[in-house]
Amino acid sequence: MAKAKVLGMMGDFAVAEAAKLCNPDVIAAYPITPQTIIVERLAEFVADGELDCDYICVESEHSAMSACYGASAVGARVYTATASQGLALMIEIVYITASARFPVVMTIANRALSGPINIHCDHSDAMLARDSGWIQVFAEDCQEAYDSTIQAFRIAEDKRVSLPVMNCLDGFVLSHSIEPVTTLPIEDEETLDGFLPVRDPLYKLDVDAPIAQGLLALPEFYMEIKRGQQEAHLKSIDVIKEVIQDFGDRWGRYWPVVEPYQMDDAEVAVVTIGSSTGTGRAAVDELRAEGKKVGLVKLRCFRPFPVKDIQAGLKNAGAVGVCDRSVSFGSTGPVYADMAGAMVGRSGPIVKNFIIGLGGKDITIDTFRTMYDNLYADLAKGEVEEPVEWIGVRGE
Amino acid sequence: MTIQDEYRKKGWKDLPPGGIVDRPATARDYKTGTWRAFRPIRNKDKKICQNPEACLVCWILCPDAAIIRVEPNELEFDMDYCKGCGVCALECPLKAIEMEQE
Ligand code: SF4
Ligand code: SF4
Repeated sequence: MAKAKVLGMMGDFAVAEAAKLCNPDVIAAYPITPQTIIVERLAEFVADGELDCDYICVESEHSAMSACYGASAVGARVYTATASQGLALMIEIVYITASARFPVVMTIANRALSGPINIHCDHSDAMLARDSGWIQVFAEDCQEAYDSTIQAFRIAEDKRVSLPVMNCLDGFVLSHSIEPVTTLPIEDEETLDGFLPVRDPLYKLDVDAPIAQGLLALPEFYMEIKRGQQEAHLKSIDVIKEVIQDFGDRWGRYWPVVEPYQMDDAEVAVVTIGSSTGTGRAAVDELRAEGKKVGLVKLRCFRPFPVKDIQAGLKNAGAVGVCDRSVSFGSTGPVYADMAGAMVGRSGPIVKNFIIGLGGKDITIDTFRTMYDNLYADLAKGEVEEPVEWIGVRGE
Repeated sequence: MTIQDEYRKKGWKDLPPGGIVDRPATARDYKTGTWRAFRPIRNKDKKICQNPEACLVCWILCPDAAIIRVEPNELEFDMDYCKGCGVCALECPLKAIEMEQE
């Protein structure tokens, strides 16, 4: 009987191991920091004969996603990874892949977009693809990044979904940090013991049963096609939850789309996404030891945006701070914008936005202490004076 | 019924996923003539294109292959595909074609 192993792996290695386990037919990728290790590792697996897969070395990320699109169109299981400028370069085909309803799994090792050029973590790259139609999942730690990768293939390829999935892990904070990761004890590698069957595509390019794909759609069809795309995306939340449940029932690790932490009696709460969640939990523990009733809500699945789960997760908190590791210039952080939308028409908590950790700026327990302090101050006043606060920026 | 007509009757729930057309070789059914704002007409004063000197400039230059040689020197517009670009009218050396608003 196969046994789960606990291995010390940095996030990139964990993701590569998970992708290998899922047996992709095609990988088309171009290296970019801090994702490079993932595709290098996968290239090694292929070169060493450990993974039977067409590994396409392309000349750019635009070509990488184009090759992924083509491979998915003929029914292959497809994987790629990128970050920052790489995602920016491939974005044209990123949108097209989602609108064609082609499943592809792509890991983003989140890195700030230029300029100024920077290699460290924030979420501006993933948020660039926020409206692309990809499912977007953010990992808190390396174990989650590993498990999310395996879940992603099942979600993407489910016929009810048939959409590409973007798995985000914070650059360097997770991609280059070694953590204990428990691997899956798999007997039947062909189907991961039935969890991940061989892909049965919604439709595919097939010379024996031809269809036309990638067509022009003018006003009389474009909006109808987009409406269908939106429906598939919104409904995918049910499949995502089903897959999370099945994964948890099999291997004991559940990763809910929204995870409240110490929220039952919380007076103030922050909403986090990605690796800062771990720091936030530590801050909650410290503040709770000091008698402050603070809580945290981790948002794991950002697209589709789980409106009902987030509303339920906030319980009775009086003031909620939404952390964004990116900003929509001229407006607010993107997570906050969705959260504010989820609150419209509800008598709920005071909601404000914290912009934190841009370009790899450290997010520490003190960052969270400042945010909780400010939330308590707002709660006492009963209103938010500064709806968007930049925390940890010099001169503020 | 063309596939375009068939799909036009369908709401978003009934169209195939991903903007595909679920059978091959349907491009011919797509009548690009519906895009036209101006239509080419023969200039009634000039007797042209039925005569042996038809130069076929319009036939060569039409970007939609919407000018058809029904006889070696007799040309017709295929209004299913003519997009009304006006290239034929502009290029005809004898000004035998005019554009008229649809
Ligand atoms: S108007 Fe344009 S498309 Fe129509 S016949 Fe003339 S050249 Fe061809
Ligand atoms: S370009 Fe003018 S003259 Fe020449 S074939 Fe066409 S209509 Fe006739």
